[in-house]
Amino acid sequence: MKLLTHNILTSKCLKGVTVGYPLGIVAKEVKVNEVEFNPEFISRMIQKVDWPALCKAAENLGHLDDLPPAVVEDYENNEEFLKKAHHFLMEIEVINGDLVCPETGRKFPVTDGIPNMLANEDEV
Amino acid sequence: MAKLMKRKELEQHLQDLDGFSKPKILLEQYETRAHIAACMLHTIESAYGDLCQKTVLDLGCGCSVLGVGSVLLGASYVLGVDIDEEALQISNSNINQFELNEVDLLHADVKILPLILGDNKKFDTVVMNPPFGTKHNKGLDSLFLEIGLQCLSDKGVLYSLHKSSTRDYFHRKAPSWKVDARVLAELRYDLPATYKFHNKTSVDIEVDFWRFEKKN
Repeated sequence: MKLLTHNILTSKCLKGVTVGYPLGIVAKEVKVNEVEFNPEFISRMIQKVDWPALCKAAENLGHLDDLPPAVVEDYENNEEFLKKAHHFLMEIEVINGDLVCPETGRKFPVTDGIPNMLANEDEV
Repeated sequence: MAKLMKRKELEQHLQDLDGFSKPKILLEQYETRAHIAACMLHTIESAYGDLCQKTVLDLGCGCSVLGVGSVLLGASYVLGVDIDEEALQISNSNINQFELNEVDLLHADVKILPLILGDNKKFDTVVMNPPFGTKHNKGLDSLFLEIGLQCLSDKGVLYSLHKSSTRDYFHRKAPSWKVDARVLAELRYDLPATYKFHNKTSVDIEVDFWRFEKKN
């Protein structure tokens, strides 16, 4: 599971959850891949992602130091910033662990890189 | 920008992908055959440019034939969603076989997907080959469409396959969904005898290849 994917997931499917975002990450196994850097694509994604949620995810994974705390002005032309964003959004993958609902504490397991967001009938 | 891969070459690559070893009738599992997937995906990119550098949702991804194909034609990020754990394992194996880094998978029930995806987190393009809604699954094809449209960003586009017998129904539904709906092609979808109750060796079903574009 990439952090770009984590950035779009919520636990709003659960009964009684109002926001359910961002999900906490408890990672047991993390992998770093090399993914082709595409500055135009990353620029577009920076507009769409929730940056504070990305920072929280980086913090959960113990990597907060490397990530800028906010989106810089004129990021489209800042290759260093774009490359850092690319690294966190696309290259870091949670292979095994749990996603945690911030309101109920309910855990959604991540196995072989795949988050399981199936909920029981009585939970939705 | 890299030149678009030829349809035949795409088809050859997709033929190497694994399909369902033990398909589940209740989920209507049939993998999208390489030929039909290559035709679909190649049209989507060459005629409309809706894959290259886009974010793509493969709804009901099964073995991820469409997801893998999307990356081969330039998609930057693909999320494959399926309810079946075994299908996702085959997907993982297919993705690793091609050493792709652009595809993520999500184990979830499509019916509640709009609640799982945050409000602003929508996709450029949805591709799908949903259950046709036969036997116990009546209405599932229509439901997949509705869900897929909810996962699209404002100018997003959805591509899907549906039985030709449902063509009039979806044309009538389109205005209420606020989409421009168009049948791009009619295809013959060959289903080899996947399940025991199929009497012939293979059955040809007439299938429409649809394009739905959100209207503003």
